[in-house]
Amino acid sequence: MIPTNASTPPVVELRNIVKHFHGGVLANDQITIQLQRGEILGLLGENGAGKTTLMNILYGLLQPDAGEIFVRGQRSHFRSTHDAIAHGLGMVHQHFMLVPTFTVAENLVLGQPSPRKPFLENRKTVARRISQLSEQYGLQVDPNAEVWQLSVGQEQRVEILKTLYRGAEILILDEPTAVLTPQEVDELITILRKLAQDGRSLIFISHKLHEVMQICDRVAVLRDGRLVHTTPVQATNPAELSRMMVGRDVVLRVNKGPAKPGAVRLRLQNLQVRDDRQLLALRDVSLAVHAGEIVGIAGVEGNGQRELEEAIVGLRPVEQGQVQLNQQDVTNRPPRVLFNAGLGHVPSDRYKTALLREFSIAENLVLSRIDQPPFTQHGLLNQPAIDQNARTLIQQFDIRAPAIDTAVAKLSGGNAQKVVLARELSHQPQVLLVAQPTRGVDVGAIEYVHQALVRQRDQGMAILLISTELEEILNLSDRIIVLYEGQVMGECLASEADVQTLGLMMAGSKLATIANQQGGATK
Amino acid sequence: MQDLNHLLTAAFVISLLTSGIRLAIPIFLAALGEIITERGGVLNLGLEGIMLVGALAGFMVAYDAEQLFAPSWLWLTPWLGLLAGAIAGMGMGLIMAVLAVSLQTDQVIASITLVIVGQGATTYLFRQQFGSLTARIHPLPAVPIPLLAKLPVLGEVFFQHDLMTYFSIVLLVAAWYFLYQTVGGLNIRAVGEHPAAADTSGINVTAVRYGAILIGAAFAGLGGAVLTVAQLGIFSEGITAGQGWIAIALVIFARWRPGLAFGGALLFGLATALQFRIQALNLQFIPYELLLMLPYLLTLLVLLRGTRRAEAPAALGRPYSKE
Ligand SMILES: Nc1ncnc2c1ncn2[C@@H]1O[C@H](COP(=O)(O)OP(=O)(O)O)[C@@H](O)[C@H]1O
Ligand SMILES: [Mg+2]
Repeated sequence: MIPTNASTPPVVELRNIVKHFHGGVLANDQITIQLQRGEILGLLGENGAGKTTLMNILYGLLQPDAGEIFVRGQRSHFRSTHDAIAHGLGMVHQHFMLVPTFTVAENLVLGQPSPRKPFLENRKTVARRISQLSEQYGLQVDPNAEVWQLSVGQEQRVEILKTLYRGAEILILDEPTAVLTPQEVDELITILRKLAQDGRSLIFISHKLHEVMQICDRVAVLRDGRLVHTTPVQATNPAELSRMMVGRDVVLRVNKGPAKPGAVRLRLQNLQVRDDRQLLALRDVSLAVHAGEIVGIAGVEGNGQRELEEAIVGLRPVEQGQVQLNQQDVTNRPPRVLFNAGLGHVPSDRYKTALLREFSIAENLVLSRIDQPPFTQHGLLNQPAIDQNARTLIQQFDIRAPAIDTAVAKLSGGNAQKVVLARELSHQPQVLLVAQPTRGVDVGAIEYVHQALVRQRDQGMAILLISTELEEILNLSDRIIVLYEGQVMGECLASEADVQTLGLMMAGSKLATIANQQGGATK
Repeated sequence: MQDLNHLLTAAFVISLLTSGIRLAIPIFLAALGEIITERGGVLNLGLEGIMLVGALAGFMVAYDAEQLFAPSWLWLTPWLGLLAGAIAGMGMGLIMAVLAVSLQTDQVIASITLVIVGQGATTYLFRQQFGSLTARIHPLPAVPIPLLAKLPVLGEVFFQHDLMTYFSIVLLVAAWYFLYQTVGGLNIRAVGEHPAAADTSGINVTAVRYGAILIGAAFAGLGGAVLTVAQLGIFSEGITAGQGWIAIALVIFARWRPGLAFGGALLFGLATALQFRIQALNLQFIPYELLLMLPYLLTLLVLLRGTRRAEAPAALGRPYSKE
């Protein structure tokens, strides 16, 4: 338990922090929180609640518009991260802040004073210090490995090591579990506990309730930039927290009946694909998606999901194997051909691949059919038809936007995603590839997207869902396939899946092996 | 046809190699500087302009110093010129840094502005100062290295150059050492690969990028001054003749590595030397314009044999801002 001694000031106190962004977003509105020595404080909130912004302010990356920061009782003003680091703060960012072409050791010494200035510190001394720290906290990494070669879990260990190497007493971890398998999450929790026992103070950011309940001593809930409540975890429960987080009751469980699979619509045969570095990203991947079912691809980020997505839609060359749409070979055909053959695509990176940010909603909604009637007639755009299409879809898909000519860049993540979904569904594809459909999407919109997908399934669409959110996969899929390092680890019915087994598969065990070890207990 | 046999004599090959090395130096220095700048994530296409400014500044300072100094101090004048070239280059670099880093202007546009400014300013200043006068200064003398210079063939090719040529090799080693073994070099590479990571590590991205641009521009200015002050002893309008552009191509060819840049520059130098010699033979059947193209064409052809984009600093050409 936390020693709550009234005479010792909190390690960190944020008082009335306010932060506006250009464009009028009030990301932090008068937020006050305290962190006690040796405790793990959870910072809980939906995507966009302002958690990262608040922590970036504490870490000196952003300047608050108003408010004060106290560290160990002293008023502090961090003009840069340099100041924050000097005050014993360390932050593990949501998107890792490691230089991929550097070694682990180089990443750790980056920004650190060298005793041999201007030359770099002796490599062996650095390596020795790293090994010591790794052993002390069970953070095994090779100091001389280049970061791009590491797995995501290893990268995270490097991030934590980086803060420790710099002598951080106060650690901020921004959504550290988002990229981990369930087992890796358990390991992380052990490490964090050990750090807290050593007297370090931790802020743990998450939007996952059960993790916060499991790890933290106290939890602060943010919603829409405001602090809703701060409470010890013993004094609350998941239902209450979720209500505070979202502002209303939510049912994240999707109601769906059993699937009625029909003919095979999409088939991948022994697919072999390379990534940008020309390394094998998919090996011998085979799967089939039938009409009227949702097949979920589970896996930790970076295990070939992006390459799989791109290979199916014709954005990445297929080295070996076949992609078949409706029994027709479409391997390495251009996206246009696939589109005409009945493939819809809701990409993982909606701003890079699906939307033109500066274009209006109406324009984005006809992007894939802009050259066809009624949107183009006699080589000229038919604006009334484009507008009409937009009005219909905005209503049908409940897109919240000021006007049909609003630029997509101005929409929230959820509404932008609805634009993509609306467009892709509006030409009634037979096969829909959906990747990370709810990333950066608010809870209300998540519900909407999930229900829309189930509805389409019930009307006979074949849906391939790629997601790194295991809960989403479990909720939506009829069958689940686990991808690890570009290989299929196994397949199971969603109704029979258990998280433990999926977690092992996501960490590289084949289903068959797991089943053997457990004496066939999983099936 | 008798003439063609001259091409293959030993004396010919030796003099070809010797002057190839010499001609490689200015372009090499510019490329070396650009490697440092680009490693810091800034694309400075303004080398041609910076070299010209360095070439003229160096020339003018050396010229004036020659007029002023007592004979016993005359040895110093080319060195003052070279120093002036590097400083003038940094002046141009400062413009680039303000435009590209502080104001976050598009780096291509900002740096092409430098080329135009450099060409215009040097042409104007040169005409205004020297008119149609053909001003000359004394270039750097060759300094044979004791003993080594006496080696057969090798001695003449490698060890009978001016001091600036030797010094360029020192700079090559120094630049390599700087990039890979010092805190400053690590910071520059971090800022070019992942500025946000550098920022969160407490590194001032703006300051490091200013540094990378200024160092790079000093090298380019020095390269220009080497051309006029150390080697030719004259200045004329547009004297760099596109070397600044070739240097940029060299950086890509060299995959942002100092050693390879030296190799690439040698290739260009040798092609230029060969071109001069073929011209001197006065062959009727090869038009002289074609020969002039030779070094550029050859260098570009080599470059065409692809460099993978993946090897470029990841943040090259992208301004960094937090919010
Ligand atoms: N650099 C930025 N510029 C403009 N708006 C931003 C910026 N960063 C975050 N925001 C906005 O501020 C709000 C809070 O974002 P963030 O702190 O990232 O939330 P969280 O980490 O809780 O998901 C969001 O509406 C987001 O769109
Ligand atoms: Mg965040």
